[in-house]
Amino acid sequence: MRYLPLSDIDRGQMLSKIGVQSIDELFVDVPQEAQLTGPIRELPNHASEMAVERHFQALAAKNTVAGQVPFFIGAGAYRHHVPASVDHIIQRGEFLTAYTPYQPEIAQGTLQMLFEFQTQVARLLGTDVANASMYDGSTACWEAISMAGRITKKKKAIISSGVHPHYVSVANTMARFTGDELLTSLPSLDAPLNPEQELINQIDDDMSCVIVQYPDILGNINDLSAIANKAHDHKALLIAVVTEPVALGAIKSPGDMGADIVVGEGQSIGVGLQFGGPYVGLFGCKAKYVRQMPGRLCGETVDASGKRGFVLTLSTREQHIRRDKATSNICTNSGLCALAFSAHMTLLGEKGLRNLAMVNHAKAVKAADRLCAIEGVEMASGHFFNEFTLKLPRDARAIVQELADQNILAGVSLGRLYPKSEGLDNGLIIAVTETVQDEDIEALAAALEASLMGGLA
Amino acid sequence: MKERDLNQGRPSRIFDTANDSAPAATFSGNKALMLDEPLIFELGSSETCGVDIDAMEPVKSRLGGLERSQVIGLAGLSESETVRHYTRLSRQNYAIDLGLFPLGSCTMKHNPRLNEKMARIAGFSDIHPMQPISTVQGALELIDELAHWLKTLTGMPAVAMSPKAGAHGELCGILAIRAALEARGDAREVILVPESAHGTNPATAAFAGYRVEEIPATQGGRVDIDALAERLGPDVAGVMITNPNTCGLFEPDMRKISDLVHAAGGLVYCDGANFNAIVGRVRPGDLGIDAMHINLHKTFSTPHGGGGPGSGPVVLSEALAPYAPLPYVTQTDDFFQLVEEEQSLLSDSDTFGRMTAFHGQMGMFTRALSYIMSHGADGLKQVSEDAVLNANYILRSMDDLLDAPFGHSGPCMHEALFSDKGLADGFSTIDVSKGLIDEGYHPMTMYFPLVVHGAMLVEPTETESKDALDNFIGSFRTVVTKAKDGDKSLLSAPHFAPRARLDETAAARKPILVWNEPEATEAAE
Amino acid sequence: MVRYYTEDHEWIEVEDGNAIVGITDYAQGQLGDVVFVETPTAETIFAKGDDAAVVESVKAASDVYSPVSGEVIKGNDALAEDPALVNSDPEGEGWFFKMTLSDSTELDALMDEDAYKEFIADL
Repeated sequence: MRYLPLSDIDRGQMLSKIGVQSIDELFVDVPQEAQLTGPIRELPNHASEMAVERHFQALAAKNTVAGQVPFFIGAGAYRHHVPASVDHIIQRGEFLTAYTPYQPEIAQGTLQMLFEFQTQVARLLGTDVANASMYDGSTACWEAISMAGRITKKKKAIISSGVHPHYVSVANTMARFTGDELLTSLPSLDAPLNPEQELINQIDDDMSCVIVQYPDILGNINDLSAIANKAHDHKALLIAVVTEPVALGAIKSPGDMGADIVVGEGQSIGVGLQFGGPYVGLFGCKAKYVRQMPGRLCGETVDASGKRGFVLTLSTREQHIRRDKATSNICTNSGLCALAFSAHMTLLGEKGLRNLAMVNHAKAVKAADRLCAIEGVEMASGHFFNEFTLKLPRDARAIVQELADQNILAGVSLGRLYPKSEGLDNGLIIAVTETVQDEDIEALAAALEASLMGGLA
Repeated sequence: MKERDLNQGRPSRIFDTANDSAPAATFSGNKALMLDEPLIFELGSSETCGVDIDAMEPVKSRLGGLERSQVIGLAGLSESETVRHYTRLSRQNYAIDLGLFPLGSCTMKHNPRLNEKMARIAGFSDIHPMQPISTVQGALELIDELAHWLKTLTGMPAVAMSPKAGAHGELCGILAIRAALEARGDAREVILVPESAHGTNPATAAFAGYRVEEIPATQGGRVDIDALAERLGPDVAGVMITNPNTCGLFEPDMRKISDLVHAAGGLVYCDGANFNAIVGRVRPGDLGIDAMHINLHKTFSTPHGGGGPGSGPVVLSEALAPYAPLPYVTQTDDFFQLVEEEQSLLSDSDTFGRMTAFHGQMGMFTRALSYIMSHGADGLKQVSEDAVLNANYILRSMDDLLDAPFGHSGPCMHEALFSDKGLADGFSTIDVSKGLIDEGYHPMTMYFPLVVHGAMLVEPTETESKDALDNFIGSFRTVVTKAKDGDKSLLSAPHFAPRARLDETAAARKPILVWNEPEATEAAE
Repeated sequence: MVRYYTEDHEWIEVEDGNAIVGITDYAQGQLGDVVFVETPTAETIFAKGDDAAVVESVKAASDVYSPVSGEVIKGNDALAEDPALVNSDPEGEGWFFKMTLSDSTELDALMDEDAYKEFIADL
């Protein structure tokens, strides 16, 4: 077994040092009837590297690789190009195989990286501070709702119809058990342009927070200032959710528009698609709320000789000290994905992120114009960044499948995201990033056109 | 001889450095390979970019007047500077790749590089979670295959794959318990947790809306089963028990505990953080538990990455299986289906809902399956046996020198627990830890579990050779001897690390959590 | 002006039916450097033994209990800015909160200074 260094001679010497005859004597506390006498028979024995690789390659071959086909899927995870050096950096053994930096004298690499990450995230989201990451955007979103409840001591929250339905599902799962009341609603393909306006009218003094997504699930971008003001009038917090952080290279940050807590999915920068995980949750807020934040925080300090250094700080909020009174049960975060995010963001810098964002927007506009020129296809989004929703003349689920069968990954049908709501079946969310080429747009347009013609005939 | 062959005056002897003092400081502040590194905000500029982005013809903006007008404040570096920045930072970290990493309850074992290679196959790394199901059959099959291994290794009938880490898995198990109890109209409000439990246990139960009560430990470091039996009643939803426990001991009465809890109408959550001690040799399902999370980043070697990402699938009993979270994978004939909200409407599933946006940590599933297949049933059994052997070897190589509070009662499992008893006055566990840093090791887990004073919890794992253990024991004994002898140099250790002890009090009193331009800081004051 | 002590290391000083509450010098010594204190807001009503404040060091957070029943008059705002006062002057400037007493007989169950000294000597 290539990963196990002990030889039988070693084992014998060690057993005699311990003072026992056999390994079984070390398992004396385990009742005999609970112990297996040999390897589990239903499972195969060990395999060579080559055999494992062969197996994995065979499984991988059954999947359609995003990078090999015209690809327009977004809805909470986005395909961006990740520079080669990012993957090299996260494979440095000193990052990859390090532990949580609880011993700061020998973890300054991870700690400084986290401090840089927190600074990048806070600046991007427009918040005073940010933490060292969460599992993903959806869990960060619930943590934000939970935090707003602790701050305002209120248990009712209102979630915009523009928030990703899976994020709403996660919040509903938790609220069912914590006793929080969540007001939710479904988006509409007919009047989808500014769901925030409707929300504003519903905010009252009982609400701990209002949760909006920016850009929203249908791709719309709307000014959040009015809703922030209304929320603050009622002593409620505004929580903004960002699932596409590249957008913030082109549009105002939620913090600049008055959001108190901004959470996000950082996957777009550096992390890659990976079939849904691991991703990296972003979490920023106003400085005055920092003691109510969940998750790890890295802070600057000095060492005994006066040199600048970094440590995990404000740990008394966390489970390992506060136990049942902790702000969250989160322990492990998403350190290595935070490194990928930070390294990619460093490569981009201010200029690169802005350029990247403009290229995304330009390609999306180009695709939108081309697709909306197809007969029967209507634009259902208003202002957008790199994602928009089309209203098709028939159920988008069938069309997505039809196009997938032709090796075109066309987008996400609203029917898949909102199975309960009839009025949304014809909606299709299309994401267009820098990875999309003109010929991809043409291939999608042609296939969609053909499908609709066939469907109408 | 020609002049040019005369060595050009280059000395051929080295000087005896013993009598020669080294310079006090260098111009750069560096010490040869010990390189300090500024922050990216101090190094870079807003104009520098390490990525070439293909230019686009500008289009008429559809951003609706929300164009960003203010600077973000990001600093960029070229690719060469970026690689150097992170490489220099990386060298200030300790890591498994550098040496033995004896953190108890954390299972820092070697991370095979085959796993990394498998996770990076485009067919797994470059697929989107919302792709049509027909285009991700191989990915769903992989999840199903890993699920099969986990179920079989634990002897449990079902598994929820989506939890993102251990604590998230705990939450999954507790929510399943709550959903099952509510389904039978039996709302209960208390979760019992042993006092030796990891902090996530009480935090999770509280996060899920339960009140937490502690059960004491016996003198022998086990759950006090009499106290537990006494506390059980109609208000107790369940217990959360770590087995092997955080003292590194197996709970021999686990089956009895499960039976007692079940008889009182409650359910049993087992924290599987220490599964590495029994994998392949003991099936937790045989002990009557209802739920247990498995940290893929511990037992199954997915990298810790400086604090995540983790992955925490939860195996479930028949009683809890119907309440498993969405989404999950099912198979009909040769087709794998992903049951999301859409399909769950059609089925009679009692799922408690969704825990995360997508399907879980696919990138960790690939790594874990690669590890598991590499070991196989025979190799995994050897894993737990070697892990336990290595821990007992350390226990018996130290217990003449260092107090092992449970050492007299018998062997430990995969980790050896010591206390600070016998250290000189004014010396504590932290001084032993920092002394180990100077010896070139990451310290053991310190001050946990709380039931032992000044705890030192050492988990060597099975991927250490006997030589590696002997070297570590030599260092550990040396440092402990210094702490017992009152060697003051230990109080200011580490002396050879990139940083001396850091002022955590200052960091917490006036938190500086983001970098600010120096001018801005001065102006603010 | 009389000062009483609890077994949980709070002190309470009573004058004219009002009281000042803090933690003892022994307690601050055990805690180490205090980095944060959360004091109660005015008008909070406590029963004897309720969680009244939180005091944090880098690696520990401890609840401070109300030694008697009553209503909070004010918390010590100075601790927000300078939590180190709890270390430097625990039984003076480092007080936690002022409160009214609803039942002064509760004081009878507390220790006086000598009894407390004896109590901590045995710990």
